[in-house]
This record gives sequence, structure tokens and C-alpha cells, in this order.
Amino acid sequence: MATFIKDIGFPRFLMSLLLIVILVTAIVVGIPIGMVLTDLVQRVGMYGVIVLAMVPSIQSGTGPNFAVTIGIVLGLLAATTAIEFNLVGMWAFLFAIAMALPLSIIVGLLYGKLLNACKGAEMTISTYTGFSIVQLMCIAWIVIPFNSQIMRWPIGKGLKTTFTLESTIYKVLDNFLYFKIGEVEIPTGLLLFFFAACLLVYAFTQSKMGTAIQLGGMNNKFAVASGVDIDRGRLVANVISTYLGAVGIIVYSQSFGFIQLYTAPLMMAFPAVAAVLIGGATASRAKVSHVIIGVILFQGVLTSSMPVLNEIIPFGSVAEISRMVIQNGIILYALTKVDGGQ
Amino acid sequence: MADITKSKNKTSIKSILTKNVVTLIFVFLTVAGIMLSELPVFYLVSEMMTRISRNTFLVLSLIIPITAGIGLNFGIIVGAMAGQIALIIALYFGWTGLGGLLLACLVATPIAIFFGYLTGLLFNNTKGQEMIAGLIVGFFANGIYQFLLLIVIGGIIPVKKVPMIKPDGVGLRNTIALDTNFGEVGLKYAFDNVFKVNLFHFFIIIGAVIIIYSLFRLFYSGENQKIQREKTKKTYIFYMILALILIGFSTLIMNSSTGGFLFTGTNSSAIQSLEMLQSIEVPIFTLFLVFLIAVFNIVIMKTKLGQDFKSIGLSQHIARVSGINVDRTRIIAVIMSTVLAAWGQIIFLQNVGTMNTYGSHMQVGLFAVAAILIGGATVKSANIGHGILGIILFHAVFIVSPTAGKQLFGDAQLGEYFRAFVVYGVIGVSLALHAWKNRKGLEELGK
Amino acid sequence: MDKEYLLEMKGITKSYYGNTVLKNVDLSIKPGEIHCLMGENGAGKSTLMNILFGMNVIHSTGGFEGEIFFDGEKRDVRSSFDAMNLGIGMVHQEFMLIPDYSITENIKLNRELTKDNFVSRLFGPRLKTVEYAKMGRDARKALDKVDMNIDEWIRVAGLPVGYMQFIEIAREIDKTGIKFLVFDEPTAVLTESEASNLLRIMRKLADSGIAILFITHRLDEVIEISDNITVLRDGELVAKKKTSETTSREIAELMVGRKIELSGKEKKDIDRTKDPILELKDFKVKMPGEEVKGINLKLYEGEILGIGGLAGLGKLGISNGIMGLYPTSGDIILRGEKITNPLTKEMLEKRIAFVSEDRKEVGLVIDASIELNTVFTAMNINGEYLKDYKFFTLRDKKRIKERAEQMIKDLDIRCTNSKQMVGNLSGGNQQKVCIARALTQNPEIILVSEPTRGIDIGAKKIVLDLLKKLNKDYNMTIIMTSSELNELRGISDRIAIVTEGKIAGILQPEDSDANFGLLMAGKSIEEDRGDRDGNIH
Repeated sequence: MATFIKDIGFPRFLMSLLLIVILVTAIVVGIPIGMVLTDLVQRVGMYGVIVLAMVPSIQSGTGPNFAVTIGIVLGLLAATTAIEFNLVGMWAFLFAIAMALPLSIIVGLLYGKLLNACKGAEMTISTYTGFSIVQLMCIAWIVIPFNSQIMRWPIGKGLKTTFTLESTIYKVLDNFLYFKIGEVEIPTGLLLFFFAACLLVYAFTQSKMGTAIQLGGMNNKFAVASGVDIDRGRLVANVISTYLGAVGIIVYSQSFGFIQLYTAPLMMAFPAVAAVLIGGATASRAKVSHVIIGVILFQGVLTSSMPVLNEIIPFGSVAEISRMVIQNGIILYALTKVDGGQ
Repeated sequence: MADITKSKNKTSIKSILTKNVVTLIFVFLTVAGIMLSELPVFYLVSEMMTRISRNTFLVLSLIIPITAGIGLNFGIIVGAMAGQIALIIALYFGWTGLGGLLLACLVATPIAIFFGYLTGLLFNNTKGQEMIAGLIVGFFANGIYQFLLLIVIGGIIPVKKVPMIKPDGVGLRNTIALDTNFGEVGLKYAFDNVFKVNLFHFFIIIGAVIIIYSLFRLFYSGENQKIQREKTKKTYIFYMILALILIGFSTLIMNSSTGGFLFTGTNSSAIQSLEMLQSIEVPIFTLFLVFLIAVFNIVIMKTKLGQDFKSIGLSQHIARVSGINVDRTRIIAVIMSTVLAAWGQIIFLQNVGTMNTYGSHMQVGLFAVAAILIGGATVKSANIGHGILGIILFHAVFIVSPTAGKQLFGDAQLGEYFRAFVVYGVIGVSLALHAWKNRKGLEELGK
Repeated sequence: MDKEYLLEMKGITKSYYGNTVLKNVDLSIKPGEIHCLMGENGAGKSTLMNILFGMNVIHSTGGFEGEIFFDGEKRDVRSSFDAMNLGIGMVHQEFMLIPDYSITENIKLNRELTKDNFVSRLFGPRLKTVEYAKMGRDARKALDKVDMNIDEWIRVAGLPVGYMQFIEIAREIDKTGIKFLVFDEPTAVLTESEASNLLRIMRKLADSGIAILFITHRLDEVIEISDNITVLRDGELVAKKKTSETTSREIAELMVGRKIELSGKEKKDIDRTKDPILELKDFKVKMPGEEVKGINLKLYEGEILGIGGLAGLGKLGISNGIMGLYPTSGDIILRGEKITNPLTKEMLEKRIAFVSEDRKEVGLVIDASIELNTVFTAMNINGEYLKDYKFFTLRDKKRIKERAEQMIKDLDIRCTNSKQMVGNLSGGNQQKVCIARALTQNPEIILVSEPTRGIDIGAKKIVLDLLKKLNKDYNMTIIMTSSELNELRGISDRIAIVTEGKIAGILQPEDSDANFGLLMAGKSIEEDRGDRDGNIH
């Protein structure tokens, strides 16, 4: 038993146990399990791609990408542009994803250069750069010359804080090949997209460049002695990570049904970091499988605990509190495992 | 052998600029903002005095960890929480006035020591990543804090029905006022009101203090001058002259409230501003507390403990090899910082007058860190001057941004976003600069 | 317990996990004596010092046998504080000085002079006030004792290396009751004038009654300054001599000589009339700790060139420099083509493979599989072991596995399977993986540094035999850099000895021990046959 726990890793074991306990409690307390599972499946698809963005950055040695928020705001920019052009449905979605690519490349390269100059302090710097860019975009959302009635404030300047995607790309992926098993709803398109993204990222890690990036992240000196250009690898990884963040928010929004601008993206990096860490990744090693396991465990615990906790402890926003404690506790634990300094 | 007496001091313009880029940006923003916002001088000065008196203590709590090599202690949020918990206890038991507030500080101390100890342990286990660890521990502790105040209080620990508890009996309200408590005078302004003094009288006092200090330094220093690499005699004479000018100016203004010979020819609004300025009252006691903490910082550095802080800050490895217990010294540094942050938060809240139960503490880390960085501190070195300069610049921009934004873009909100962008950006840029300089240093060593 | 002696170490024996590094070693030093401790790397000098200073690494690995007598009594030294309290001090090679502190603060680091104030009486001694003036006076005294008339309050940063050495000494003699000072290779980083100044001060300190143990490899200094010499070799005491009764040559011989089972190399006919395949001209490498200060060397196709010398004197810098891992200057002429600033990728592409001396940090990715470690360089440089899938090229898992298994078989790598993490293998097997990777590159020239460091005898033999086989069967040109002179003599066609960053000389494997020793100690062979008094033997 002890070796089993050691193999899985103590945090993962604990989380899995927690998930099982919560699900069982849900059944015992009488919450419709179908609803809980539906939520869980949807959230895995919703958050999955953003969490995937952590893999290239961790593998390349820059640690979890706290600045995935940069990719997120780029994705929002692409999505709002799609709506501005009155696109709907699958076309809107594809347009947004396509537009996000050149944006991610340009910004990703610039930000990547910054990261290369700051080796050793990437985590803190990326956090604050991310925060900073989100605030900058807030200004952009006010001054941007978009006129779509869906997005603009009826009176006053700028775009709304939140607006619905009902008429545009709502559930565009989710509804693709959607079906139900009993009470549980399966948004097939969403899940297919997520898994396709996972496959693509995995394929990249198996390529020559991907292998070089990984080994460079694991052992800098080794890679240099094998002729790898570490800085270039980090740049490429950062661009991919940024793009995944951009695509991720588009996927998230279409499933959620709303676009949230302004300061909403500010804290979005943290749940993603926690998810990949609980999936088994560390600040210096990550695999695609960590993403899948992690997002299931993390979102699983978070979503299913909400109705359960509300039943048991009927006062206060317990769910929110438990999210804060669990999410940040996971990240703290991972930080204690990082090799400090030189 | 050659006699080398002065260390190399080649400061080119370029290096001065890069070293202080953040401060310079903020000076520029301050000036631009003040001009754009067209805010009345009175408003600016009174707001500034208020903010200086209530925020400086918190910012100064960052100095010790920086000196000890722990970097920017984002974990002071945890200290702020300790302070708030103490205030809540004080309000619950109905303590009032100066005594009540001092008692709150006393209660906050063991709580903050405990929190600081835990944070210190965390930092020792995350060496090299203390800053992000501090940031995250703030969020984490916030979760536990909320659990405590929202659910445990009332839900698990029974409490009597006082205004601060929510109507259903479980959890604290979102905002708690400090001013009235059971109808009596509460804790608001408990420090501020102890002793207030007119703005220009205040300047005169400052001037006098500077003169006395400079005289003292001129005639007493002796050997310590060379040892501590302290300022030369010329600097002190310079300070004295500035002080005399300040005193003279203030006295004149005090005595020419009816226009006087200085201001013939200037318009009435300038005279009106001056008259209004004279009505600004400065909370001496609070500032005295700040003065005490500044003195404390200086004095502690002259002790063995302070020397150890410096040693581990400069080289953990060499300090360890020389027998200093690095881990323990770090924990002491963090505990001190946390306790100071707790008291600092109490000072802050007694001026604001209302506690945002679940939110007052969250911005503390961000603002204090940004302020000290703006003042010119780096991750590895900070002093009181940085703190004070930083607060002035930071809060100046803070005050003027919304209005400046409105003037410039027609939207106050834009000003606020811009302000947030700059604040976060400052921290990011400072850290990036520091990391970049570090790497260049290592490259020079041939690593 | 001979009252005459200040320090007596008797019968010191130490093993690390079954590996004996010191066997029955004695060391005796009188007060006021300058005693030199000599030996090659790995002879046991550092271990002996670790025992004397009570270092944790000794006690946590089973302690040691033997006794230490200091100042007439048997002592149990359990920590560096114990050593310090006895009056034993060490001047290290790497300076333990904080650049931003003044000289005084460095001298008094963690021994600051303090006095009570009212707070310290309440809250503890750590809050006592530091008495800077007093500290300055003490520092002044110490500096004067070593003839440094520099201001004691200057910051250490930016001072020349020679000064820093003296500040280290000043720190040690400032410690109360210092009776015995160990100098560990102090002159390694000094200029000639600084070094002679140091020796002068050493003499001065010794004359004032402090006993000095001087660890060095420079025979000149030994003959000049010491009273007695102890030579260690392979963990054993080989000689204790009065300096006046011996010569450099004798010492050199004692340091190096041993009974070698030279399974020597078959004499190969190397065609040295052709142009060398690789030539170095005034080649300099800035590798911290192993600086190369200008060498000329020719490497001929099909030969095994050994590069030997003591640690820290430049031999490891050569291969690292050729591979472009550290900044270089001077010329590399590879197959007739001149290269001035070698880029690692470029050199790899030109079919030179490199097996680094730093197995764990540079040679391997500890957390990756044997497979990946084996094929990576070939994959990255030659584009091999990849499969083309039209839109992207991915790792060819099948071929990677095949190659890894081939190498496991050929090199007898002990592991569970080809997917095992390299970090779980023993040192010897890890080394084999490094070699496997070099071979997979299909190179023409292999640079191997310290190939047998830290691996057991059986594995050593396999590695060396493999190198011989590659050279014989495939005409592979090899540069082998090693501190194991023995091994170099068993496998090389020629051996270059590097000392102080330059080539002291090139010898044949069968040249005399004395010659090897002398070259390594920085003396040239023809000239020195005399002892301190100038007599010629």
C-alpha cells in the first residue's frame, strides 16, 4: 500500500480519495449524481485546454505559466473580433482560433524574450506581467472601436464586462455530436476538441524540437553540450503555451456561454497551475497525462464539492473558501519541492 | 602595497538611469498626473499627508526581509490578517480609544508571531522562490481566514449578537465600522487623534529635528564616520540649510495669512489655497509611531542580529559556513516583518475607519511592495528613504489617476486601469531587471 | 604523546562505503614548523584534512580509525568549532569572503565584538550592539601581522586576488589562540610576486610560533619554504622526509611512482608525417577552475592522446574548450579547416563526440531513460532516430529501443530495461550510457574526460578496454583526459602533461615516474636535479 501511494504521489492520492469521498457523500445526501457528473464532464472540457498550456512552459524549464493570462486576453480579443464581424456558429469559432494564432506568435515571442533574460525568477515575473497585461487590456476594452450591439454598453464607452454568446458561438463545440447517457450529458465536440489538443501537444513532445525542449528544461548543461539552442526552445514553448491559452479561453467561453472581459482573467492562471500540479506535474516536469488526470481531479473536487458542502454547511460561501484553500495549498506544496536557487 | 582607500565609483549617466528607471517613470507619471488632473493643491496635500501617515509603517515592514535576503515579502498579507483579527477582537469586547487600540496591538503580536513563524518555515522550504510562495500563501491564508471569520465564528464558536456579526448569527459582516461601538467612541482615529498639529507647525518641527540631528552628527560622530561610511560633514550642513529654509518658509506663511508682502501680485486663489493648507492637521502621534519603527530598523541593524541579517542576505553560503544558523535567522526576520505588518495594518485601519473584513488585507502586499520598489529599493537592498519616497510617489499617482484619466480620456475608469497596469508592471519590471542583472553577474563569473 | 609535537595524527584509516581512502597514515608537526603535505589528486590529502577539522562528511560515513593528539592531549574533533577552539585554522582555496563587506566585517564574520545594551539584557545576546571601532582595531592588528597596510574598512569587492588571500589569513590569525594553520593550495591563484610574498609571511608566522601545514603541488615552493615533507599516495604514507635531505626529483618520484600492471597498449603505427587531424594553436580556454592559458598541440588520426596533470590546472579545460562549452581564443585547425570560436553544435556536426567529466550535470539527463540519453545527440545533430509522418517528424520509438538495447548489450550496461531512468543506474553504468551516446553519434574523434572517475574496478576495465577496441578496430581518434596517470599510461600512445594552464611536456607511457611527477609539479625535466642547497645529484 505504501509503495502504491508513493508511486501515485501523496497529493494525487489524497485528491483522488477526496473526490471519491465527495461523490459518495453526494449520493448519500441525495444530490442527483447525474447533475454532478454532467458538470464534471463539462468542466474537464472547458478548462482542459488552458491547463494544457502549462505543459510546454513547464517542460521548457520556465515553470508553470502564470502568464497564461496573456494568451487568454489574446483569445478574448480574437473572439470579440469574430463577434464584431457578425460571425456565428462554427465559423466564428474557427475564425477566432485562427486569428489567435498570429497574435500569440507575436506576443509570445516578445514575452518569451523577456523570460529568457530573467532565468531563475520566471514564476514571479510571469505572474506580475500577466496581471499587468490584463489591466492594460482593460483599457483596450474601453477604447476599442467595436460597435456590435451584443458587446457594447448601451450607454457609455467600451464593451460590456460580461455578455452572452447565446446568439453567436454558444455551445458550438459542446453541441457537436452531443448525447446523453441516462442523466449525464456528454458534450462530445468539446471533449473531442480537448483530446485532439492533447494529441497535438503530445505529438509535439515526441518531435525533435519537442524532445530538445524537454531535455533542455530538465538539464540545461546537457542540452547545450548536445548543441541545443535553449533560448530558442524556450521561445517556441512560450508561443505554444500562449496560443493554447488563447484557444483555451475561446473553448471555455463557448461552453460557459458568456465572455468575461476586464479583470475576469486576472486570476485564471492559478486554477490551471493547481490542476496540472495535482495531476502529477512538478514545477519542472509535466506530461500531457498530468493535464488530463489533473483537470479531472481538480475540477472534479471543486464542482462536486459545491452542492455537497452547501447541503452540509448551509451558511457562507464554503465552496469558494475550500477552493481557495485547496487550490493554493496545492501550489504551495509544489513550490516546496522546487530546487532552490543555485 | 598600493593604498586603496575608495571603492570604484564610476557612475555613468546610463547606469544611473537603468538603476532607477522605475523611480524615474513614477516621477514622470506623478508630475504628468498632477498637471493633467488639475486637482486643487489643498486636496493633494491633505490626501498625501493622510496616506503617508497611515501607510508608511506597513511599507517599512518590508525592509528587514529584503536585507536578510528573503526578497519582497508578499507574505505581509498574513501579518495584516493578524492585525485585523486583533481589531475584531478589540471591537467585539468593546475596547475603545487609545487604550483599546494599544491593546489590540498587544493581542495582534502573538498571533502575528505565530503566523510569521509558519511563513518563515515555508520560506525556508522554498528557497529561491520565496516571492511567489509569499504571494500564494497570501491567497491560501485568505481562504483559512475567511473560513475562520465566515463560518467558525458563529457557526462553531458561539458569539453574542453584536453589530459586526451577520444578521443570521453566523460569520462577520463584510464591512465593519471602527468608529462607533455600542454608541461610544470606537477605535477610529484612536492614534490620529492623540495629538494633532497644524501642517506648517509640523514642517517647523521637522526642520527643528533635522537641525538637531545634523548638529549631533557633526559634533559627535568621530570614528564612526569612517566606519559606517556615513555622510560627510558637508551633507549635514546641507541638510541644516534645507531645514532652515523649511522653517523660515513655514513661519512666514503662518504669519502672513492676510496676504503679506510675499504674495503681492499673485491671484487670490493661490492665497486661498495657502489659507486652506494651513487648516490641514497632521497626526503627530501616528507619525511618531512611524518614526519609532524607522529608528527601530536602524537600531536593529547595529546589533549582532542585524549584522547577521546582512550577512545572510549577502551570502547564505558563506554565512552558513561561518556558523550562522541561516534558517533560524531567516525565520526571525520573517516574524519581525509579520508583526510589524500586523501593527501597520492596525494603524492603517484606524485611519480609514472602516474595515473591509474580507478584503482590506489583500491589496496590502501588492501596494507596499510596489511602493518600496518605486522608491528605488531592489530585491536585495532597501532602506527607509526608499520607503518614504516610494509612498509619496505611489500614492501621488494613486490620488491623481482617476481624475487625470477623466481629463485625458474622458473616463475616470481608464485612469484607474492605467494605474493598476502601472503598479503591476512596476513589480514585474523591477523583478525582471533584478533577475537580468543577476544573470549578467553570473555570466561575468564565467558560469 | 610526544610533548615535542604540536599535532600528531597516528594510524589514520578511513573508508567510504568499503572503499579505503586512507590507510594507516601518520602526520607529525612541531610548533613553528612549516610542513608540506604532498600527493596527487585522490591521494587522501583532503580526507585527512576533513578528519582533522571534524567535518560532518567524515562522521556521517562511519567516522575514522586512529588517533589525533593536539598540544599534548588526545582530542576528539567533532566539528569545525572544535577545531577552531583547539587553535586550528584553515585558509581555504576558494575564498570565504563576502565582497560587499569591509575587510573588518569579513575578518569578524560571526565573531563580531559586541556589548550589552538594555534590550539585550531583556531579549537575549543576539541583540547586543556591535562594536565596530573595537573590531577595526583587532582587524588592524591582524592585517599588520601579515604586512598588509591596507585600510581595514575598505570593501573587499574588487580587491586583487592576492589581497583576498591575505585577508583570509588575517581572519584565521585573528581567532584567539591560533596555534596551527593549514594552507590548502594557497598559491594556485596567485601571481609569482604574490606567491613569494605569501611564502614570506608564512615564514614570519611560523617564526612567531604558529605551526603551518602547507598543501601544495609546486615543488619549488616546497623546497624553498618547508622544514619537513610528508608524501601520500593512494591513501598511504609513502615518505616522511626532512626537506634538507631530499630533492624535487625524489619527491616527484615518490608522488607518482607505483607498481603498474601495464596491460600496455600495443604499439600502433601512427603516421605522423601526415597533417594532424586536429591542431591547437595558442589555444586558451576560460573555464572556471581549469583555465587553459595557451597551448599548442597536435592530434594525429588514429592515435590515443592522453592528457594528464593535477586537478584545477587546466587539463579538463582543453576538451571543454574544443567543444565550445567555454569561451576560447586561439585557433583550432580541424582537418585543415581553421576554427576560432567553436560552437558546440558545429563541432558535434563535424563528427567530434564529447564525454564530459561531469557525468551527472553535463553528461546525462538523470530523469530521462537510457534510450533517450543514448540517442539524443545523434537525434539532435544528425536528425536520426526520427520518423517522418508527412506533417511532422516524431521519435522513432522502435529504432530508439533497438539502438539502446544494442548499446546495453555491447557495453554490458546493467539495468532493468532500456526505459529505465538513468538516475537509477550505478556510476559505472551511467558512464557507459554517456559513452553509448557518444558512439551513437558515429564520430571520428572522441574526447573523453575522466572516464573512470567514481566507478568500480570491473567497470573501469570495461570502459578502458572499450576505448582501446574502438581505437584498434575503427581507427577512432581519442583524446583521453584523466587524473589517473596509471590508466593514461596503460592506453595512450602519447601523454601530454598540463600544469598551470600550459603543456609542461609530452611523454611516452614508459617514461620514468620521476619525469611524470616533475612535469606535473611544474618543473621541467632537464634542468632540475638539485636540492635546496644547490647540490646536484
